[in-house]
Amino acid sequence: MPAPSAVRGTPFHERTGPLCQAGNWRRWAGHLSASSYEPTHEHEYQAIRSAAALIDVSPLHKYRLSGPGAATLANRIVTRDVDRQEIGQVYYTPWCDAAGKVRDDGTLHRLGASDFRLTSAEPTLKWLHENARGLDVEIEEETEQVAALALQGPRSRELLERITDGDVAGLPYFRVMSARIAGIAAEISRTGYTGDLGYEIWVGAADAIPLWDALTAAGAPFGLAPAGMLALDMARLEAGLLLVDVDFVPAHRAIIEDRKSSPYELGLGWTVSLEASNFVGRAALRAERARPPAWRFRGIVLDWESLEAAYAAVGLPPQLPGTTLRDSVPLYAGGRQVGYATSRGWSPTLKTYLGLAHLEAESAAVGTELEIEVTVEHRRRRGRATVAKTPFFDPERKRATP
Amino acid sequence: MSATNAYDAIIVGGGHNGLINAAYLARAGLRTVVLERRHLVGGAAVTEEIFPGFKYSVASYVVSLLRPEIIRDLRLARHGLEILPLESTITPLPNGDYLGRWADHDQTRRDLYRHSPKDAEAYDDFATLMYRLAWAVKPLLGIVPPDPLSPGLRDLKTLLMLGRHARGLDEQQFHALFKLGTMSAADYLDEWFESDPLKATMSASGIIGTFLGPRSPGTAYVLLHHYMGEIDGVFRAWGFARGGNGMVSESIASSARSHGAEIRTGATVERVLTANGRATGVVLDDGEELTAKTVVSGVDPKRTFLGLLDPEELPEDLVEAIRRFRIRGSSGKVNLSLSEAPEFSCLPGEGPHLRGAFSISPSTDYLERAYDDAKYGGFSRRPYMDIVIPSMIDPGMAPPGRHVMSIFVQYAAFDIEGGWDDAKREAFGDAVVDTLSEYVPNLRDSILHRQVLTPLDMQEQLGLTEGNIFHGELTPQQLFFFRPSPAWADYRTPVRGFYQCGSGTHPGGGVCGASGRLAALEILRDLRRRRRGRP
Repeated sequence: MPAPSAVRGTPFHERTGPLCQAGNWRRWAGHLSASSYEPTHEHEYQAIRSAAALIDVSPLHKYRLSGPGAATLANRIVTRDVDRQEIGQVYYTPWCDAAGKVRDDGTLHRLGASDFRLTSAEPTLKWLHENARGLDVEIEEETEQVAALALQGPRSRELLERITDGDVAGLPYFRVMSARIAGIAAEISRTGYTGDLGYEIWVGAADAIPLWDALTAAGAPFGLAPAGMLALDMARLEAGLLLVDVDFVPAHRAIIEDRKSSPYELGLGWTVSLEASNFVGRAALRAERARPPAWRFRGIVLDWESLEAAYAAVGLPPQLPGTTLRDSVPLYAGGRQVGYATSRGWSPTLKTYLGLAHLEAESAAVGTELEIEVTVEHRRRRGRATVAKTPFFDPERKRATP
Repeated sequence: MSATNAYDAIIVGGGHNGLINAAYLARAGLRTVVLERRHLVGGAAVTEEIFPGFKYSVASYVVSLLRPEIIRDLRLARHGLEILPLESTITPLPNGDYLGRWADHDQTRRDLYRHSPKDAEAYDDFATLMYRLAWAVKPLLGIVPPDPLSPGLRDLKTLLMLGRHARGLDEQQFHALFKLGTMSAADYLDEWFESDPLKATMSASGIIGTFLGPRSPGTAYVLLHHYMGEIDGVFRAWGFARGGNGMVSESIASSARSHGAEIRTGATVERVLTANGRATGVVLDDGEELTAKTVVSGVDPKRTFLGLLDPEELPEDLVEAIRRFRIRGSSGKVNLSLSEAPEFSCLPGEGPHLRGAFSISPSTDYLERAYDDAKYGGFSRRPYMDIVIPSMIDPGMAPPGRHVMSIFVQYAAFDIEGGWDDAKREAFGDAVVDTLSEYVPNLRDSILHRQVLTPLDMQEQLGLTEGNIFHGELTPQQLFFFRPSPAWADYRTPVRGFYQCGSGTHPGGGVCGASGRLAALEILRDLRRRRRGRP
């Protein structure tokens, strides 16, 4: 038996492989994932924001929950109230450990009364089984069996309409439907990680290549381009969407307690339904709700003039990142460190330098003036930043149904 | 006259500089109105659907050096401005080959290496030097030109600041700066490179909008502009506006309105009204009068001083200087609606290269000959062309699968022998299509609609005197404290309360917007001083 390979291609690799002119690959859950297809990723980002982009998200972990106990299991896991989830509705949701600390986040698709698809960043099979004790539920891992493509961008709807029998125009934000795309059976969800109009398409792995071909053929007149993770990372920052292992550490991977966060501390309080059936962590979160959380997750906007001054001090124009930075940097207020920024980057759409930050609650009010560490020519300096609301970029088209 | 016609500030002309000026004044709390002759704002930066389903950036077609501070101050991104990258420049060659410069450094180096291994290295050295020089000179874009002969306190401060910047340069850099200010683009590039298509394509940036050839002195300076754009790289100061260049104007207008500015289209200003050497308002061609203590002209210097005012109201030397101000039109524009993507024989098929620019500039001789045709009162039989296919970058510009092509064409004399007429316009358009067809075999058969603008059309339709796209040539003797005239380069005029904010003032040129902003800041400065009781 040969040793298993450390990385493998996704079901789309036969197509994405030759397209990746940049040779710029990264690993995503044991799969090859293109960072950028072209030598520079800017066009791919622009495809997301001004045309349409195709992003291979097959490495997401995917689980199918079915049987009489499926809804009960889902309700035990996620913080949202599954009893109120309609068939065809998708929930974005975190899920927690017993202490109410976030293990992971993902989407829960209710495909039938007792039929769900859960997507996650981390492997979750064991967690599902542990919480399924005593329930009549079938848990099927379909990570490898289901290929997934995100079709994102303002023109994604027009494009998709041309090749599907499904009522794409009638599909509201965060809903899912079954449809055929160029004859291929698929689930189409109005979801994505870009904060823009877009869809995610879920098909059997064997149908991956025909799906790719159908989409790219139909997409050419709409400026469809394959987009990699660098472009996606810029879009998700503008959308204020957090990223596991960058903006938070999964509770079950945290070595020390300080690395864990509750949904309230991640700005996900809106997903917590304390009245729902007894999900894991509810008691702890109920207790936390009684007192204000110590930490908040917020947007920050860096002040341009202060950056310019920091660079001018060494005789340089400001150098800004062309990609989203994922290293943590300290934030200060009143001469004291009050938090840290976890994702930072330049928004080509908003023409501002943005970040996502963990802040002590008393320094987290929108509009609070902060200082941020900036390293200029190997030396640490301070720039100014202001606490801001997320999402930074929130176009109407994201939610609109024509 | 109704009280509603009383304003704090009236801006004549709704081009991008006029709109920027209005936005800044309105933002400062002034009751501001923009008066635009046409049915839409934007001046030369407009998007129009002349052929159904196809959108043309009729005249100006790329965003060049749009000041980041304007994008920030006026929140243009939130008002709809999206600038898409224009990543490559391909120069197709008559032998079927091409020379390409791409967004990726290694890709560019390999392409240059095919033509000249030495140039591939020199290109990087050149870029380093030019970046350094651009960084030294760039503050000029953001300052009011000082008067070097009778400097005030602020002028001295400005000169000192500029001196400090120049002092940071080493000997080689300082010499290069002087050469750039005096030499021709072709001569300067000869010192660096051996590949003719590379030199020709680079020198083309120096001839755009001037009635000069690549071998004319004074054309080297504009080489720096490209590298100033590099400094603003992350802001995308150079690029393609989503929705065409009209979206630049629309976003500025939207910002201006959000600050309370009023924008009136279909309002042609006949004259600026004055009393006792002061501006008091304007009168429209239908006789309607509007009053304001501040009147700002966004139109070119010829129209500003010789059209809106009675020359009698101005010092004779200024009138003479403006009469001599070089504003010779040299370019035309051809916009095409295409049934399919153009197929360049040097790089067949669709690919990322179609999202970039194409430069028809195979050699320096080619450009110089194109100039010769115009020099003697004609248009280039085989012109220099700068081509973009906006629908490749922004598919919304044309119906799915169809395309629009924007062709900037140089040279065409404004005062063509015998004058422009319909036949000459079509002959000019034919010269463009004929020349381009040598590189794009499927072009002719895919043309669904053709719009041709001659320099005369640009004067008559867009209000650009002699069809000059920059409101006056961007040559050293017409820059900085010479723009448009010494002693009146600080946006003021001899008529108190009457200001200039168009591209004919410093720094001018392209969709840069600095003129509109700097003029607004000067106006607000004067108003503050007036309030404090100083003249």
